[in-house]
Amino acid sequence: METSAILILAIPLLMFLFLGLAGKYLPHKWAGILGTAGMGVTMILAYTVAFTYFFSGAPEFISATGDRLQHVVFNQEWLNFYDKLTINIGFLLDPISAMMLVVITTISFMVHLYSNGYMRDHHGVWETGFQRFYAFLSLFSFSMLGLVVATNIFQMYIFWELVGASSYLLIGFYYTKPSAVAASKKAFIVTRFADLGFLVGILLLSFNTGFFSFTEMTSVPVEGVADTYQINLGTAEGIKNIFANSAASTFMGASVLTWALVLIFMGGMGKSAMMPLHIWLPDAMEGPTPVSALIHAATMVVAGVFLVARLFPLYVLNEAALDIVTVVGAVTALYAAMVACAQIDIKRVLAFSTISQIAFMMVSLGVTRLGHETALGHEVHEGLGYMASMFHLFTHAMFKALLFLGAGALIHAIGSNDYTAMHGLRKYMPVTHITFLVGCLAIAGIIPFAGFFSKDEILTACFGHSAVWAIWMTLVAGLTAFYMFRLYFLIFWWKEHKTPEGHHAPHDQPWTMTLPLIILAVISCVAGFVPFGKLVTWNGHEIAGSNLANLNWNVAAISLVVAVCGILVAMKMYKKENPLPEKMRNALPNLWDWCHHRFYWDELYQFITHKIIFGCICKPIAWFDRHIIDGTMDAFASITNKASYAIRGLQSGNVHMYVWIYLVGAILLAAISMIVIL
Amino acid sequence: METLGSKIAYAVIVLVIIACSVLAVTSRKILRAATYLLFALFATAAVYFQLDYEFLGGVQIAVYAGGIVVLVVFAILLTTHPGDNSERLKSRSRVLGLIAGLATFGLGAFSLLSRCSDLSHSIPAGGNPDMHTIGSKMLSSGFDGYLLPFEAISVLLLACIIGGIVVARKR
Amino acid sequence: MEINALYYLIPAMFMFACGVYGFITRRNMIAMLISLELMLNGVDMNFVVFNRFLYPGQLEGMFFTLFAIAIAAAETALAIAIVVNVYRANNDIDVRDINKLKF
Repeated sequence: METSAILILAIPLLMFLFLGLAGKYLPHKWAGILGTAGMGVTMILAYTVAFTYFFSGAPEFISATGDRLQHVVFNQEWLNFYDKLTINIGFLLDPISAMMLVVITTISFMVHLYSNGYMRDHHGVWETGFQRFYAFLSLFSFSMLGLVVATNIFQMYIFWELVGASSYLLIGFYYTKPSAVAASKKAFIVTRFADLGFLVGILLLSFNTGFFSFTEMTSVPVEGVADTYQINLGTAEGIKNIFANSAASTFMGASVLTWALVLIFMGGMGKSAMMPLHIWLPDAMEGPTPVSALIHAATMVVAGVFLVARLFPLYVLNEAALDIVTVVGAVTALYAAMVACAQIDIKRVLAFSTISQIAFMMVSLGVTRLGHETALGHEVHEGLGYMASMFHLFTHAMFKALLFLGAGALIHAIGSNDYTAMHGLRKYMPVTHITFLVGCLAIAGIIPFAGFFSKDEILTACFGHSAVWAIWMTLVAGLTAFYMFRLYFLIFWWKEHKTPEGHHAPHDQPWTMTLPLIILAVISCVAGFVPFGKLVTWNGHEIAGSNLANLNWNVAAISLVVAVCGILVAMKMYKKENPLPEKMRNALPNLWDWCHHRFYWDELYQFITHKIIFGCICKPIAWFDRHIIDGTMDAFASITNKASYAIRGLQSGNVHMYVWIYLVGAILLAAISMIVIL
Repeated sequence: METLGSKIAYAVIVLVIIACSVLAVTSRKILRAATYLLFALFATAAVYFQLDYEFLGGVQIAVYAGGIVVLVVFAILLTTHPGDNSERLKSRSRVLGLIAGLATFGLGAFSLLSRCSDLSHSIPAGGNPDMHTIGSKMLSSGFDGYLLPFEAISVLLLACIIGGIVVARKR
Repeated sequence: MEINALYYLIPAMFMFACGVYGFITRRNMIAMLISLELMLNGVDMNFVVFNRFLYPGQLEGMFFTLFAIAIAAAETALAIAIVVNVYRANNDIDVRDINKLKF
């Protein structure tokens, strides 16, 4: 187990180093094969580890009463500042990290495979920097795996920054394109700003508790089994008491623990593109499409959700922090869904849909409370929202990666990101068409595709907590169905495809690209039947029964009706070319404009940064720097310069002159000193 | 307690020093000037002998008289044509030089005489360090040893050799 | 008449003053070098005399002179190398002709 755990982290890291350093000297083909093979081995190892964790029944993984445990596979001291401040690097195996191992390695392997076909043009010429691309992909996989298995919050922070850095590198992969450079900078700066909050939160939490380790914050050791812990609310309450008893227990009306959790959540908001820190994600689509699928849809952007889930025992005791999570998530979900309805670039539509779906997961975490609740006449299992959130994370990763890879295939075939250049492609690219349709059905929440089950659990959890949020999120689910099918119909139907002069007709892509699509489509069909309640719950207690048996049919019926309505409206509007969309657009011009321009968030940020921050703060500072500080230094230089010009006549080159001056000076000095002494 | 002989020797040495110094800086034939310098240096060596520093006197003769003056003479032979006399001094520069020289001498002599009482006792006994002392001090790295300056001087000499070659070599 | 330190110091001073006079008035670089040697020699003598008369048990002055002689030798060797080089360039060693090292 320990060997596998080390190898899961080591193989991608070594692959990054090898491809990064020696990739230049490898043929393109071999760099691709090597990277893919490395990821494949990692995937197999990760599957083995996750399978062992979930199904072996060993005492370090599951307790006698059937609760899943947290097992620290290894925990190596890494930095030792002094005896109270040591930072470890380790490997923590628990339900969510095992689940994330599967998600990350699966999607990463698919993307590695897919990129072999995607990263070259129709004539088989490889993209410049192909090897660099694989090196960065490996770096990202390493960082993301390190993040999810972190044993302490500081290790998580380190890998958190590493995924940010690799995301920056991959968004800016086409670094000769100014828009890609701008997008990578934007992503880096926005997420770094959010991470500032994360860091402050970590410091607040660790300073007051003295812990970095997750197991110390949320769990108690299991007796008789080494390195194994069980989630325990008592520990979290202990931390709450530490804060309650400390001197400065409140700040601006909220307790310090709430502040710490909200600031940590701010880091999650930045990574997961929650409002108002979402502005980087749509621009991040400037990166190659496989990167968008891997990083900006399936894995990195859910790190924020993972972070909240990891510290969930602390959040669940803190109503205020959970309410903030709920509100941020719900507002973001509606906003992103509205914006997605009015985008032309298909990758932007998918980006906003990603934001909206991640917001679903956040809301689901935010509405989870302890104790039993009822939703529309049925009892809700305790902690259902947490399970639903993780379930949705899992299914969303699969179908969103599928949609992105499908979009990549379309873009590769057409050479444009806009649906206006596509239309009516269903006969030309049948494989892409079918798999894309599966993805759309899954995200819309149609039974029996994966999204139906996870979304239904989320809505059930919402109904259990508050009717307002439940109706709100149901509305967003309907919008989701609408905008996804709008996209689907506009790409594959609307009107007959016209191939521009001098171009080949679009066709399906090579097997390296279609195989991942098919695999992911199959997963999207069946993932809903994975018994998640038995595997991943917040405290390890299983939720009995299969997903189908646990369905709350009242909620399911509502969400199905809403989804089908969304699909039907989209079909009516977009299946055949008709003037209806244009009419609606003209009927509500303001709404369309606001949605199309993403509610002018970018312009607002532009205004704040350029006009207020640059204009009112930076310019005076720059003036001070240029005129006062530089001016002083320049004055020194120019005084020296002028003085030396003034006296340079003394340097006459006449040796006797020098002798005289020297002699007179020496005699005078001697005379003066003698007068002083005598 | 000096003998009459040593007093006579002293008088001769001082006379040679004064005469040769003056002639060395006033002679218009440069080769003669070098010769007078040689005699002034010899006289200095004699002073060292008289003060019982035999080793120092030996070094003075060997290095200064034997080394430096020979170098100077070679240089003169290389750079001067036979029969070249330096031009006669203008009276103005001669007066200026005299003033400077006298000012220096006057200042120095005044300062010496003003400390007359400290300096006017006769020569004490016990000079003449033997060769063993000089050698062991020179190569000792202890508190009163001179190994470090000795090493520094050797490096300096090496640098001078290299520098001399570089400066004077034909391009 | 007892011979005391002044009896040696005054001639040394005189030697030094002669050096100063020569250094100012002579135009020939080698002659200037000769004057320089005179000055240096006068100073050396000072060290020795002070050492002998005031601190007879110690050897600092003597060693200082020893090192000064060595350095003087090195310095002269370099100076003469420069003089020879100047002669090669100018065919002359008059110091008034060497005025290129100026602003």
